[in-house]
Amino acid sequence: MILEFFKNTLSTVKSINRKYAHPQIKMTPAVKVSLLSLRLYLIFLVGILVYKFITMLR
Amino acid sequence: MDEELNAQPVVESAAAPSPRVDGQSRTSQRDASMSVLSKLYYRYKKVLKVIRLFLIIAGPGIIVMVADNDAGGITTYTATGAKYSFHLIWFLILLGPVAYYVQEMTVRLGAVTKRGHAEAIFHAFGSFWGWFSLMDLVLLNWLTMITEFIGMTAALSIFGVPRLVTVLAAAVLMATMVIQGRYWTWEKAAMVFCVLNLIYIPAAFMIHPPLKQVLQGSLIPQLPPGGFTNELFFFLMANIGTTIAPWMIFFQQSAVVDKSLQEKDIAAGKVDTGIGAFFTVVVAAFCVILTGTLLPGQNIYDAGSAAAKFMGISKQLGTFLAIGLFDAGFLGAICISLASSWAFGEVFGWAHSLNNKVKEAPWFYAYYFFGILLAGTVVLIPRAPLVLITLFVQVIAVTLLPAALVFLILLLNNEETMGQFKNTRFQNIANITIVTLIVAVSTLYGISALFPNILK
Repeated sequence: MILEFFKNTLSTVKSINRKYAHPQIKMTPAVKVSLLSLRLYLIFLVGILVYKFITMLR
Repeated sequence: MDEELNAQPVVESAAAPSPRVDGQSRTSQRDASMSVLSKLYYRYKKVLKVIRLFLIIAGPGIIVMVADNDAGGITTYTATGAKYSFHLIWFLILLGPVAYYVQEMTVRLGAVTKRGHAEAIFHAFGSFWGWFSLMDLVLLNWLTMITEFIGMTAALSIFGVPRLVTVLAAAVLMATMVIQGRYWTWEKAAMVFCVLNLIYIPAAFMIHPPLKQVLQGSLIPQLPPGGFTNELFFFLMANIGTTIAPWMIFFQQSAVVDKSLQEKDIAAGKVDTGIGAFFTVVVAAFCVILTGTLLPGQNIYDAGSAAAKFMGISKQLGTFLAIGLFDAGFLGAICISLASSWAFGEVFGWAHSLNNKVKEAPWFYAYYFFGILLAGTVVLIPRAPLVLITLFVQVIAVTLLPAALVFLILLLNNEETMGQFKNTRFQNIANITIVTLIVAVSTLYGISALFPNILK
Protein backbone atom coordinates (compact mmCIF):
# COMPACT_ATOMS: atom_id res chain seq x y z
CA MET A 1 0.00 0.00 0.00
CA ILE A 2 2.83 2.39 0.95
CA LEU A 3 4.70 1.40 -2.22
CA GLU A 4 1.60 2.14 -4.26
CA PHE A 5 1.25 5.54 -2.59
CA PHE A 6 4.83 6.46 -3.49
CA LYS A 7 4.35 5.18 -7.05
CA ASN A 8 1.22 7.28 -7.47
CA THR A 9 2.93 10.33 -6.01
CA LEU A 10 5.91 9.88 -8.31
CA SER A 11 3.70 9.61 -11.37
CA THR A 12 1.77 12.73 -10.26
CA VAL A 13 5.03 14.62 -9.84
CA LYS A 14 6.12 13.51 -13.31
CA SER A 15 2.84 14.69 -14.82
CA ILE A 16 3.20 18.04 -13.01
CA ASN A 17 6.71 18.37 -14.40
CA ARG A 18 5.41 17.66 -17.90
CA LYS A 19 2.54 20.12 -17.49
CA TYR A 20 4.83 22.92 -16.35
CA ALA A 21 7.90 21.97 -18.38
CA HIS A 22 8.00 25.28 -20.21
CA PRO A 23 7.67 28.66 -18.47
CA GLN A 24 4.69 30.55 -19.86
CA ILE A 25 5.92 34.02 -18.98
CA LYS A 26 7.46 36.05 -21.78
CA MET A 27 11.22 35.92 -21.22
CA THR A 28 12.02 39.61 -21.47
CA PRO A 29 15.48 40.84 -20.43
CA ALA A 30 14.01 42.03 -17.11
CA VAL A 31 12.60 38.57 -16.37
CA LYS A 32 15.89 36.87 -17.35
CA VAL A 33 17.96 39.21 -15.18
CA SER A 34 15.57 38.77 -12.23
CA LEU A 35 15.69 34.97 -12.43
CA LEU A 36 19.49 34.98 -12.78
CA SER A 37 19.80 37.30 -9.78
CA LEU A 38 17.54 34.98 -7.78
CA ARG A 39 19.70 31.97 -8.64
CA LEU A 40 22.88 33.81 -7.62
CA TYR A 41 21.22 34.99 -4.42
CA LEU A 42 20.15 31.48 -3.51
CA ILE A 43 23.61 30.08 -4.29
CA PHE A 44 25.04 32.75 -1.95
CA LEU A 45 22.60 31.76 0.80
CA VAL A 46 23.29 28.05 0.39
CA GLY A 47 27.02 28.84 0.58
CA ILE A 48 26.48 30.68 3.88
CA LEU A 49 24.39 27.82 5.28
CA VAL A 50 27.02 25.25 4.29
CA TYR A 51 29.74 27.42 5.87
CA LYS A 52 27.70 27.71 9.07
CA PHE A 53 27.13 23.95 9.12
CA ILE A 54 30.84 23.20 8.67
CA THR A 55 31.89 25.70 11.36
CA MET A 56 29.30 24.23 13.74
CA LEU A 57 30.70 20.74 13.20
CA ARG A 58 34.19 21.96 14.03
CA MET B 1 -59.66 77.60 -20.93
CA ASP B 2 -56.69 75.40 -21.03
CA GLU B 3 -55.94 76.44 -24.53
CA GLU B 4 -56.14 80.14 -23.51
CA LEU B 5 -53.78 79.60 -20.63
CA ASN B 6 -51.41 77.70 -22.78
CA ALA B 7 -51.50 80.53 -25.29
CA GLN B 8 -50.39 83.17 -22.75
CA PRO B 9 -46.78 84.20 -23.07
CA VAL B 10 -44.43 83.05 -20.35
CA VAL B 11 -43.30 86.60 -19.49
CA GLU B 12 -46.86 87.61 -18.73
CA SER B 13 -47.46 84.70 -16.43
CA ALA B 14 -44.26 85.53 -14.59
CA ALA B 15 -45.26 89.17 -14.14
CA ALA B 16 -48.74 88.47 -12.83
CA PRO B 17 -48.91 85.04 -11.29
CA SER B 18 -52.26 83.43 -11.68
CA PRO B 19 -53.66 80.81 -9.28
CA ARG B 20 -52.71 78.18 -11.84
CA VAL B 21 -49.09 79.34 -11.80
CA ASP B 22 -49.07 79.30 -7.98
CA GLY B 23 -50.15 75.72 -8.18
CA GLN B 24 -47.40 75.02 -10.69
CA SER B 25 -44.76 76.57 -8.44
CA ARG B 26 -45.99 74.55 -5.48
CA THR B 27 -45.87 71.47 -7.62
CA SER B 28 -42.39 72.28 -8.80
CA GLN B 29 -41.29 72.96 -5.19
CA ARG B 30 -42.79 69.68 -4.14
CA ASP B 31 -41.09 68.03 -7.11
CA ALA B 32 -37.80 69.64 -6.15
CA SER B 33 -38.06 68.50 -2.52
CA MET B 34 -39.14 65.07 -3.70
CA SER B 35 -36.22 65.04 -6.06
CA VAL B 36 -33.80 65.93 -3.22
CA LEU B 37 -35.37 63.26 -1.03
CA SER B 38 -35.27 60.68 -3.80
CA LYS B 39 -31.66 61.63 -4.54
CA LEU B 40 -30.79 61.24 -0.86
CA TYR B 41 -32.63 57.95 -0.70
CA TYR B 42 -30.86 56.81 -3.87
CA ARG B 43 -27.51 57.76 -2.41
CA TYR B 44 -28.37 56.05 0.88
CA LYS B 45 -29.32 52.90 -1.00
CA LYS B 46 -26.15 53.14 -3.07
CA VAL B 47 -23.94 53.56 0.01
CA LEU B 48 -25.80 50.70 1.69
CA LYS B 49 -25.24 48.56 -1.40
CA VAL B 50 -21.52 49.42 -1.46
CA ILE B 51 -21.20 48.60 2.26
CA ARG B 52 -23.08 45.33 1.77
CA LEU B 53 -20.89 44.46 -1.21
CA PHE B 54 -17.79 45.34 0.77
CA LEU B 55 -18.89 43.17 3.70
CA ILE B 56 -19.38 40.30 1.27
CA ILE B 57 -15.97 40.78 -0.32
CA ALA B 58 -14.05 41.75 2.86
CA GLY B 59 -12.19 38.95 4.55
CA PRO B 60 -8.94 37.76 3.01
CA GLY B 61 -7.20 41.14 3.40
CA ILE B 62 -8.27 41.77 6.98
CA ILE B 63 -7.58 38.18 8.05
CA VAL B 64 -4.11 37.97 6.49
CA MET B 65 -3.08 41.34 7.86
CA VAL B 66 -4.33 40.73 11.39
CA ALA B 67 -2.86 37.22 11.32
CA ASP B 68 0.44 38.89 10.43
CA ASN B 69 0.48 39.87 14.10
CA ASP B 70 1.04 36.21 14.95
CA ALA B 71 2.86 34.84 18.01
CA GLY B 72 6.25 35.79 16.51
CA GLY B 73 5.00 39.25 15.61
CA ILE B 74 3.57 39.92 19.07
CA THR B 75 6.87 38.76 20.62
CA THR B 76 8.80 41.18 18.39
CA TYR B 77 6.52 44.11 19.22
CA THR B 78 6.52 43.48 22.97
CA ALA B 79 10.33 43.14 22.93
CA THR B 80 10.63 46.36 20.90
CA GLY B 81 8.39 48.28 23.31
CA ALA B 82 10.22 47.01 26.35
CA LYS B 83 13.61 47.83 24.87
CA TYR B 84 12.95 51.18 23.20
CA SER B 85 9.74 52.38 24.84
CA PHE B 86 7.65 54.49 22.40
CA HIS B 87 10.56 55.67 20.25
CA LEU B 88 9.90 53.27 17.37
CA ILE B 89 6.10 53.50 17.01
CA TRP B 90 6.53 55.80 13.97
CA PHE B 91 8.59 53.06 12.33
CA LEU B 92 5.80 50.51 12.84
CA ILE B 93 3.31 52.96 11.33
CA LEU B 94 5.52 53.23 8.24
CA LEU B 95 5.39 49.45 7.85
CA GLY B 96 1.61 49.56 7.32
CA PRO B 97 1.80 50.92 3.74
CA VAL B 98 4.68 48.49 3.04
CA ALA B 99 2.48 45.52 3.94
CA TYR B 100 -0.45 47.00 1.99
CA TYR B 101 1.51 47.50 -1.23
CA VAL B 102 2.81 43.94 -1.25
CA GLN B 103 -0.46 42.26 -0.32
CA GLU B 104 -2.56 44.39 -2.68
CA MET B 105 -0.69 42.78 -5.57
CA THR B 106 -1.92 39.34 -4.53
CA VAL B 107 -5.54 40.57 -4.71
CA ARG B 108 -5.11 41.70 -8.33
CA LEU B 109 -3.15 38.60 -9.31
CA GLY B 110 -5.64 36.21 -7.75
CA ALA B 111 -8.74 37.98 -9.07
CA VAL B 112 -7.40 38.22 -12.63
CA THR B 113 -5.59 34.89 -13.10
CA LYS B 114 -7.84 32.78 -10.80
CA ARG B 115 -4.66 30.99 -9.71
CA GLY B 116 -3.08 30.74 -6.29
CA HIS B 117 0.51 31.93 -5.95
CA ALA B 118 2.01 28.43 -6.05
CA GLU B 119 0.15 27.52 -9.23
CA ALA B 120 0.95 30.94 -10.75
CA ILE B 121 4.68 30.35 -10.16
CA PHE B 122 4.54 26.86 -11.69
CA HIS B 123 2.61 28.17 -14.68
CA ALA B 124 4.74 31.23 -15.35
CA PHE B 125 8.25 30.13 -14.37
CA GLY B 126 8.18 26.37 -14.85
CA SER B 127 8.58 23.39 -12.56
CA PHE B 128 12.07 24.24 -11.18
CA TRP B 129 10.98 27.49 -9.55
CA GLY B 130 7.60 25.95 -8.79
CA TRP B 131 9.01 23.05 -6.78
CA PHE B 132 11.55 25.29 -5.10
CA SER B 133 8.78 27.65 -3.94
CA LEU B 134 6.37 24.90 -2.92
CA MET B 135 8.89 22.86 -0.93
CA ASP B 136 10.36 25.95 0.71
CA LEU B 137 6.86 27.11 1.60
CA VAL B 138 5.89 23.76 3.08
CA LEU B 139 9.02 23.61 5.24
CA LEU B 140 8.78 27.23 6.31
CA ASN B 141 5.07 27.03 7.08
CA TRP B 142 5.53 23.91 9.13
CA LEU B 143 8.31 25.52 11.17
CA THR B 144 6.27 28.70 11.58
CA MET B 145 3.27 26.62 12.69
CA ILE B 146 5.44 25.19 15.45
CA THR B 147 6.25 28.72 16.64
CA GLU B 148 2.51 29.50 16.65
CA PHE B 149 1.87 26.45 18.82
CA ILE B 150 4.75 27.52 21.09
CA GLY B 151 2.97 30.90 21.47
CA MET B 152 -0.40 29.29 22.17
CA THR B 153 0.97 26.85 24.77
CA ALA B 154 3.01 29.63 26.44
CA ALA B 155 -0.10 31.82 26.63
CA LEU B 156 -2.34 29.20 28.22
CA SER B 157 0.41 27.90 30.52
CA ILE B 158 -0.05 31.20 32.40
CA PHE B 159 -3.48 29.86 33.44
CA GLY B 160 -1.96 26.48 34.28
CA VAL B 161 -3.30 24.74 31.16
CA PRO B 162 -1.03 21.81 30.20
CA ARG B 163 0.59 21.89 26.75
CA LEU B 164 -1.23 18.75 25.62
CA VAL B 165 -4.64 20.25 26.39
CA THR B 166 -3.77 23.48 24.56
CA VAL B 167 -2.52 21.66 21.47
CA LEU B 168 -5.54 19.36 21.36
CA ALA B 169 -8.02 22.20 21.94
CA ALA B 170 -6.41 24.33 19.23
CA ALA B 171 -6.34 21.41 16.79
CA VAL B 172 -10.00 20.58 17.42
CA LEU B 173 -11.00 24.24 17.03
CA MET B 174 -9.03 24.52 13.78
CA ALA B 175 -10.64 21.36 12.45
CA THR B 176 -14.13 22.55 13.43
CA MET B 177 -13.63 25.77 11.49
CA VAL B 178 -13.02 24.00 8.18
CA ILE B 179 -14.97 20.78 8.50
CA GLN B 180 -18.40 22.25 7.71
CA GLY B 181 -17.37 22.77 4.06
CA ARG B 182 -18.15 26.46 3.62
CA TYR B 183 -15.56 29.14 2.95
CA TRP B 184 -17.96 31.79 4.27
CA THR B 185 -18.28 30.13 7.70
CA TRP B 186 -14.52 29.71 8.01
CA GLU B 187 -13.95 33.32 7.07
CA LYS B 188 -16.48 34.74 9.51
CA ALA B 189 -15.11 32.55 12.32
CA ALA B 190 -11.62 33.81 11.48
CA MET B 191 -12.93 37.39 11.58
CA VAL B 192 -14.12 36.80 15.16
CA PHE B 193 -10.55 35.84 16.09
CA CYS B 194 -9.36 38.97 14.26
CA VAL B 195 -11.59 41.09 16.50
CA LEU B 196 -10.14 39.31 19.54
CA ASN B 197 -6.67 40.35 18.33
CA LEU B 198 -7.68 43.94 19.15
CA ILE B 199 -7.63 43.05 22.86
CA TYR B 200 -4.30 44.88 23.15
CA ILE B 201 -6.11 48.19 22.59
CA PRO B 202 -8.33 48.15 25.73
CA ALA B 203 -5.40 46.61 27.63
CA ALA B 204 -3.24 49.63 26.73
CA PHE B 205 -5.99 52.06 27.77
CA MET B 206 -6.26 50.30 31.14
CA ILE B 207 -2.70 51.28 32.08
CA HIS B 208 -3.07 54.97 31.16
CA PRO B 209 0.09 55.38 29.07
CA PRO B 210 1.77 58.81 28.90
CA LEU B 211 -0.18 60.23 25.95
CA LYS B 212 2.29 63.00 25.10
CA GLN B 213 5.23 60.60 24.82
CA VAL B 214 3.16 58.09 22.86
CA LEU B 215 2.10 60.76 20.36
CA GLN B 216 5.69 62.00 20.07
CA GLY B 217 6.90 58.49 19.37
CA SER B 218 4.10 57.92 16.86
CA LEU B 219 4.24 61.15 14.89
CA ILE B 220 7.86 62.30 15.08
CA PRO B 221 10.46 60.02 13.47
CA GLN B 222 13.23 59.70 16.01
CA LEU B 223 15.97 57.39 17.21
CA PRO B 224 15.92 56.05 20.75
CA PRO B 225 18.43 57.46 23.26
CA GLY B 226 21.81 55.95 22.43
CA GLY B 227 21.39 56.54 18.69
CA PHE B 228 21.80 54.03 15.91
CA THR B 229 23.36 50.91 17.38
CA ASN B 230 23.74 47.38 16.06
CA GLU B 231 21.10 46.22 18.51
CA LEU B 232 18.66 48.85 17.24
CA PHE B 233 19.38 47.74 13.68
CA PHE B 234 18.58 44.16 14.71
CA PHE B 235 15.25 45.26 16.19
CA LEU B 236 14.38 47.26 13.06
CA MET B 237 15.18 44.21 10.91
CA ALA B 238 13.06 41.98 13.14
CA ASN B 239 10.09 44.35 12.82
CA ILE B 240 10.42 44.50 9.04
CA GLY B 241 10.83 40.72 8.98
CA THR B 242 7.52 40.22 10.77
CA THR B 243 5.69 42.63 8.47
CA ILE B 244 5.86 40.49 5.34
CA ALA B 245 6.09 36.72 5.50
CA PRO B 246 5.98 34.34 2.52
CA TRP B 247 2.86 32.57 3.78
CA MET B 248 0.93 35.85 3.61
CA ILE B 249 1.45 36.13 -0.14
CA PHE B 250 0.40 32.53 -0.78
CA PHE B 251 -2.51 32.72 1.67
CA GLN B 252 -4.17 35.88 0.40
CA GLN B 253 -3.89 34.98 -3.27
CA SER B 254 -5.37 31.52 -2.66
CA ALA B 255 -8.11 33.00 -0.43
CA VAL B 256 -9.03 35.47 -3.18
CA VAL B 257 -9.32 32.57 -5.63
CA ASP B 258 -11.27 30.37 -3.19
CA LYS B 259 -13.65 33.25 -2.55
CA SER B 260 -14.10 33.62 -6.33
CA LEU B 261 -13.34 37.33 -6.36
CA GLN B 262 -13.57 38.84 -9.84
CA GLU B 263 -11.86 41.77 -11.52
CA LYS B 264 -14.77 44.03 -10.51
CA ASP B 265 -14.11 43.16 -6.85
CA ILE B 266 -10.49 44.30 -6.92
CA ALA B 267 -11.30 47.79 -5.60
CA ALA B 268 -13.16 46.35 -2.60
CA GLY B 269 -10.36 43.80 -2.14
CA LYS B 270 -7.88 46.66 -1.94
CA VAL B 271 -9.99 48.44 0.69
CA ASP B 272 -10.18 45.15 2.60
CA THR B 273 -6.38 44.90 2.51
CA GLY B 274 -5.99 48.57 3.49
CA ILE B 275 -8.25 48.16 6.52
CA GLY B 276 -6.30 45.05 7.49
CA ALA B 277 -3.00 46.93 7.19
CA PHE B 278 -4.42 49.68 9.41
CA PHE B 279 -5.40 47.20 12.14
CA THR B 280 -2.02 45.44 11.92
CA VAL B 281 -0.25 48.69 12.65
CA VAL B 282 -2.71 49.66 15.39
CA VAL B 283 -2.29 46.33 17.22
CA ALA B 284 1.51 46.47 16.81
CA ALA B 285 1.60 50.03 18.17
CA PHE B 286 -0.56 49.13 21.17
CA CYS B 287 1.68 46.15 21.98
CA VAL B 288 4.63 48.54 22.03
CA ILE B 289 2.68 51.01 24.19
CA LEU B 290 1.88 48.24 26.69
CA THR B 291 5.43 47.05 27.25
CA GLY B 292 6.87 50.53 26.77
CA THR B 293 4.74 51.76 29.67
CA LEU B 294 5.02 48.84 32.08
CA LEU B 295 8.30 47.11 31.25
CA PRO B 296 10.61 49.88 29.98
CA GLY B 297 14.26 48.97 29.62
CA GLN B 298 13.67 45.26 30.14
CA ASN B 299 14.77 42.50 27.81
CA ILE B 300 11.82 40.42 26.61
CA TYR B 301 12.65 37.20 24.81
CA ASP B 302 9.12 35.89 24.30
CA ALA B 303 5.60 37.26 24.56
CA GLY B 304 4.66 34.53 27.03
CA SER B 305 7.13 35.82 29.61
CA ALA B 306 5.85 39.37 28.98
CA ALA B 307 2.29 38.20 29.72
CA ALA B 308 3.53 36.45 32.89
CA LYS B 309 5.24 39.68 34.01
CA PHE B 310 2.01 41.59 33.37
CA MET B 311 0.17 39.02 35.45
CA GLY B 312 2.40 40.04 38.36
CA ILE B 313 1.42 43.68 37.86
CA SER B 314 -2.30 43.19 37.22
CA LYS B 315 -4.13 39.91 36.89
CA GLN B 316 -6.65 41.37 34.48
CA LEU B 317 -3.93 42.83 32.28
CA GLY B 318 -1.95 39.60 32.27
CA THR B 319 -5.12 37.71 31.31
CA PHE B 320 -5.76 40.12 28.43
CA LEU B 321 -2.23 39.66 27.14
CA ALA B 322 -2.32 35.90 27.45
CA ILE B 323 -5.62 35.77 25.54
CA GLY B 324 -4.12 38.07 22.91
CA LEU B 325 -1.05 35.87 22.53
CA PHE B 326 -3.14 32.70 22.22
CA ASP B 327 -5.35 34.40 19.66
CA ALA B 328 -2.32 35.64 17.70
CA GLY B 329 -0.84 32.14 17.58
CA PHE B 330 -4.18 30.62 16.65
CA LEU B 331 -4.85 33.11 13.84
CA GLY B 332 -1.37 32.54 12.48
CA ALA B 333 -1.79 28.78 12.65
CA ILE B 334 -5.15 28.68 10.82
CA CYS B 335 -3.88 30.89 8.01
CA ILE B 336 -0.50 29.21 7.63
CA SER B 337 -1.92 25.69 7.57
CA LEU B 338 -4.44 26.75 4.93
CA ALA B 339 -1.76 28.48 2.84
CA SER B 340 0.14 25.17 2.59
CA SER B 341 -2.96 23.08 1.86
CA TRP B 342 -4.15 25.46 -0.84
CA ALA B 343 -0.70 25.54 -2.45
CA PHE B 344 -0.46 21.73 -2.55
CA GLY B 345 -4.02 21.41 -3.82
CA GLU B 346 -3.40 23.89 -6.64
CA VAL B 347 -0.24 22.18 -7.85
CA PHE B 348 -1.34 18.57 -7.42
CA GLY B 349 -4.74 19.27 -8.93
CA TRP B 350 -6.67 18.13 -5.85
CA ALA B 351 -10.03 19.66 -5.04
CA HIS B 352 -8.82 22.42 -2.74
CA SER B 353 -11.64 24.71 -1.76
CA LEU B 354 -13.03 25.34 1.70
CA ASN B 355 -16.41 25.10 -0.05
CA ASN B 356 -15.73 21.39 -0.56
CA LYS B 357 -16.84 18.89 2.04
CA VAL B 358 -14.18 16.58 3.49
CA LYS B 359 -15.41 13.77 1.25
CA GLU B 360 -15.09 15.97 -1.85
CA ALA B 361 -11.55 17.18 -1.08
CA PRO B 362 -10.00 14.42 1.08
CA TRP B 363 -6.35 15.17 0.22
CA PHE B 364 -6.75 18.89 0.84
CA TYR B 365 -8.19 18.32 4.31
CA ALA B 366 -5.85 15.41 5.05
CA TYR B 367 -2.87 17.67 4.37
CA TYR B 368 -4.42 20.42 6.50
CA PHE B 369 -4.98 18.11 9.51
CA PHE B 370 -1.61 16.42 9.04
CA GLY B 371 0.16 19.80 9.14
CA ILE B 372 -1.61 20.81 12.34
CA LEU B 373 -0.93 17.52 14.09
CA LEU B 374 2.71 17.41 13.03
CA ALA B 375 3.38 20.95 14.26
CA GLY B 376 1.45 20.39 17.50
CA THR B 377 3.29 17.16 18.22
CA VAL B 378 6.72 18.81 17.97
CA VAL B 379 5.76 21.26 20.73
CA LEU B 380 4.83 18.32 22.96
CA ILE B 381 8.19 16.58 22.56
CA PRO B 382 10.17 17.06 25.78
CA ARG B 383 13.33 19.11 25.26
CA ALA B 384 12.50 19.77 21.58
CA PRO B 385 14.93 22.35 20.15
CA LEU B 386 12.32 25.10 20.02
CA VAL B 387 14.86 27.94 20.01
CA LEU B 388 16.66 26.33 17.08
CA ILE B 389 13.32 25.99 15.26
CA THR B 390 12.59 29.71 15.75
CA LEU B 391 16.04 30.50 14.36
CA PHE B 392 15.41 28.20 11.41
CA VAL B 393 12.19 30.02 10.61
CA GLN B 394 14.15 33.24 10.14
CA VAL B 395 16.76 31.57 7.94
CA ILE B 396 14.35 29.61 5.74
CA ALA B 397 12.12 32.68 5.35
CA VAL B 398 15.10 34.49 3.86
CA THR B 399 15.41 31.86 1.14
CA LEU B 400 11.74 32.01 0.14
CA LEU B 401 10.69 35.62 0.67
CA PRO B 402 12.85 37.23 -2.04
CA ALA B 403 11.77 34.62 -4.58
CA ALA B 404 8.07 35.00 -3.75
CA LEU B 405 8.29 38.80 -3.94
CA VAL B 406 10.26 38.86 -7.18
CA PHE B 407 7.82 36.41 -8.78
CA LEU B 408 4.95 38.59 -7.58
CA ILE B 409 6.33 41.70 -9.28
CA LEU B 410 7.19 39.83 -12.49
CA LEU B 411 3.71 38.31 -12.64
CA LEU B 412 2.10 41.70 -12.02
CA ASN B 413 4.04 43.09 -14.98
CA ASN B 414 2.93 40.37 -17.36
CA GLU B 415 0.58 42.24 -19.68
CA GLU B 416 -0.63 39.05 -21.38
CA THR B 417 -2.28 37.77 -18.20
CA MET B 418 -2.87 40.96 -16.21
CA GLY B 419 -4.09 43.27 -18.99
CA GLN B 420 -5.32 46.59 -17.55
CA PHE B 421 -4.59 45.36 -14.01
CA LYS B 422 -0.83 45.15 -14.50
CA ASN B 423 1.38 47.31 -12.30
CA THR B 424 1.46 50.99 -13.19
CA ARG B 425 4.75 52.87 -13.29
CA PHE B 426 4.10 54.29 -9.81
CA GLN B 427 3.18 50.86 -8.42
CA ASN B 428 6.37 49.41 -9.90
CA ILE B 429 8.52 52.13 -8.39
CA ALA B 430 6.85 51.70 -4.99
CA ASN B 431 6.85 47.92 -5.07
CA ILE B 432 10.38 47.45 -6.41
CA THR B 433 11.68 49.86 -3.74
CA ILE B 434 9.78 47.99 -1.02
CA VAL B 435 10.86 44.57 -2.28
CA THR B 436 14.52 45.63 -2.55
CA LEU B 437 14.39 46.97 1.00
CA ILE B 438 12.67 43.86 2.37
CA VAL B 439 15.08 41.51 0.56
CA ALA B 440 18.14 43.42 1.80
CA VAL B 441 16.91 43.68 5.38
CA SER B 442 15.55 40.14 5.65
CA THR B 443 18.84 38.79 4.25
CA LEU B 444 20.80 40.71 6.88
CA TYR B 445 18.33 39.49 9.51
CA GLY B 446 18.78 35.88 8.40
CA ILE B 447 22.56 36.20 8.36
CA SER B 448 22.56 37.83 11.80
CA ALA B 449 20.40 34.95 13.06
CA LEU B 450 23.05 32.51 11.79
CA PHE B 451 25.99 34.58 12.99
CA PRO B 452 24.77 36.50 16.07
CA ASN B 453 28.10 38.32 16.56
CA ILE B 454 28.25 39.74 13.06
CA LEU B 455 26.44 42.95 14.04
CA LYS B 456 28.16 43.43 17.39
